[in-house]
Amino acid sequence: MVKYIGKRLIYMFLTMFLIATATFFLMQTLPGSPIASYNKLNQTQRAIVEKKYGIDKPKPVQYAIYMKNLAKGDLGTSFVFKGKSVNDLLASRVKPSFILGAQAMVFGTIIGILLGMLAALKQNTIWDYGSTFLAILGVSIPSFVFAALLQYWVATQWHLLPVGLWNDGWKSSILPSIALAMGPLALSARFIRTEMIEVLGSDYITLAKAKGANGFEIAFKHALRNALIPLVTVLGPVAAGIVTGSLVVEQIFAIPGIGEQFVSSIMTNDFATIMGTTLFFSALLIIIIFIVDLLYGIIDPRIRLSGGKG
Amino acid sequence: MRKEELQQLPPEKFERITIDSSRAERITKPSLSFWQDAWLRLRKNKAAIVSMFVLLLLIIMALIGPYLNGHDGEQQILRHANLPPKIPGLEKMGIFDGVGQLGGEKVNLYEMKKVDEYYWFGTDGLGRDLFTRLWEGTRISLLIAFVAAAIDVVIGVLYGGISGYFGGRVDDIMQRIVEILIGIPTLIIVILMLMIMEAGLTAIIIAISITGWIGMSRIVRAQILKYKGQEFVLASRTLGAGDKRIIGKHLLPNIMGIIIINTMFTIPTAIFFEAFLSFIGLGLQPPAASLGTLINDGFKVMEHQPYFLLFPAVVISVLMIAFNLIGDGLRDALDPKMKD
Repeated sequence: MVKYIGKRLIYMFLTMFLIATATFFLMQTLPGSPIASYNKLNQTQRAIVEKKYGIDKPKPVQYAIYMKNLAKGDLGTSFVFKGKSVNDLLASRVKPSFILGAQAMVFGTIIGILLGMLAALKQNTIWDYGSTFLAILGVSIPSFVFAALLQYWVATQWHLLPVGLWNDGWKSSILPSIALAMGPLALSARFIRTEMIEVLGSDYITLAKAKGANGFEIAFKHALRNALIPLVTVLGPVAAGIVTGSLVVEQIFAIPGIGEQFVSSIMTNDFATIMGTTLFFSALLIIIIFIVDLLYGIIDPRIRLSGGKG
Repeated sequence: MRKEELQQLPPEKFERITIDSSRAERITKPSLSFWQDAWLRLRKNKAAIVSMFVLLLLIIMALIGPYLNGHDGEQQILRHANLPPKIPGLEKMGIFDGVGQLGGEKVNLYEMKKVDEYYWFGTDGLGRDLFTRLWEGTRISLLIAFVAAAIDVVIGVLYGGISGYFGGRVDDIMQRIVEILIGIPTLIIVILMLMIMEAGLTAIIIAISITGWIGMSRIVRAQILKYKGQEFVLASRTLGAGDKRIIGKHLLPNIMGIIIINTMFTIPTAIFFEAFLSFIGLGLQPPAASLGTLINDGFKVMEHQPYFLLFPAVVISVLMIAFNLIGDGLRDALDPKMKD
């Protein structure tokens, strides 16, 4: 176990290092300059600006400085928001993104589990087909298409919920959360359905029935608990899906979150912020996948974590 | 027939049959190949069959759709800008009759602007026909998806195949590389790649396939490892077969099913990424249209011209659903053990 964790940590570190290095050098080859109206500046002004942002030094030196700061957890200074460090910028935007992501995750998974159970318990009935169809829709329809349609009907046509922004308390978070939740919902519904069907056919369920347990007890106490274990594996892809979705969904609902920040910093060539957000997202996903893998081993001891080969 | 009559039958009318015991084992029906068998199973899956027809229809429309109504998808007729859909025949039923909103009131914009032509799905802000653009966009999206999927398959199968087949040190090195690469979130690398490359078709395809092959390579490697140690491969090798023959004749046919299934799920992912990138403004640049750019354009004017968003949204959703259902059907048909 310790050996496995150590090995994984080394790989995580290597991956992050690779991403940081790649991002840094990719940024250098980008067309365009982060400093607007750069050409209008005269020689001295240009030198001052370059010195201020540390882009007057040769590339390898810049790289070394960047990596050194990174090791200290410093992501640099934004080119667009004057004097603001990328750390502060991200910190101020974490909350909405986190709330949306967490709500989507919890809401999506719970509804998904219930739908999956319903489908498995009422196999080959209209309930089963209905929830399977819903799951297919959730997997297939891109989150931004769904978000745009939700915004059109619920917000602009029926005026039920705010169209966007983050100033109406919890209400503002409902629509974007639903849009983001479709993916997790669909994935967990499909997964739970298959697992439940398998579990329901096993001997201990027959035994539970024989000893007179009622349907509710069997479904929740005996079947669901065992069907839940493998669900942990889909949490990685689900988290990745939510992060991907958050970029566009936050854009659509104009939510001041990290996803929106990432997209807008691409548009404004804000190198430091692009790099910072990239590293933030990468680290987040890498850590989530690591935790999921560990959880999987802890919940179900039959899975040998060290068995990497074959 | 009465008993007496039966007794009157001459003995030569009878013939003695000796039952050949080996005939009990005879196979009466022609044996089915793997693919015929899979087809029989796939045929029973209604959702997959319907999806195939839908997909076929969409592909045909993507090919011929742009030429159906005589409008040009890139020709800008500003006088005809922002027209709502108007379809001959349906207009009499009160839908698609060219009535749109103007300053909060419902007006027949075709009469107002004195347009005699029909724009089936309306026009955009530059007066371009949306029906033509929609199918041109579908064509581009499908093209990107198919090419990206093809690249993923070629690289993935080669990488995974070499790594799995040759094993040892080669495998070790190749897998260490994959283990690092797999940690990189696809989205991040795709966006970064697009930022440094000149926007366009090639850039999107390269960006999508740059990490897309990893999943395929891992699956192929696992399958090769599973089969290469089995007796039939050993037997073939004992009989003097070389690597080429073993790979081509014995290993590839066995893993073909899984490669096909995986490809069917790669295509919708590629469609999604293309639309996603175009939506955040990193994809195709105007005047080229893809489903993503159309959705992006439609989203901007959603409040007043919802049909602008609706048509591409429906097409992309139907396309994704069809691919996913076919993928599910193929998985059940080709590999009954792998049912998810």
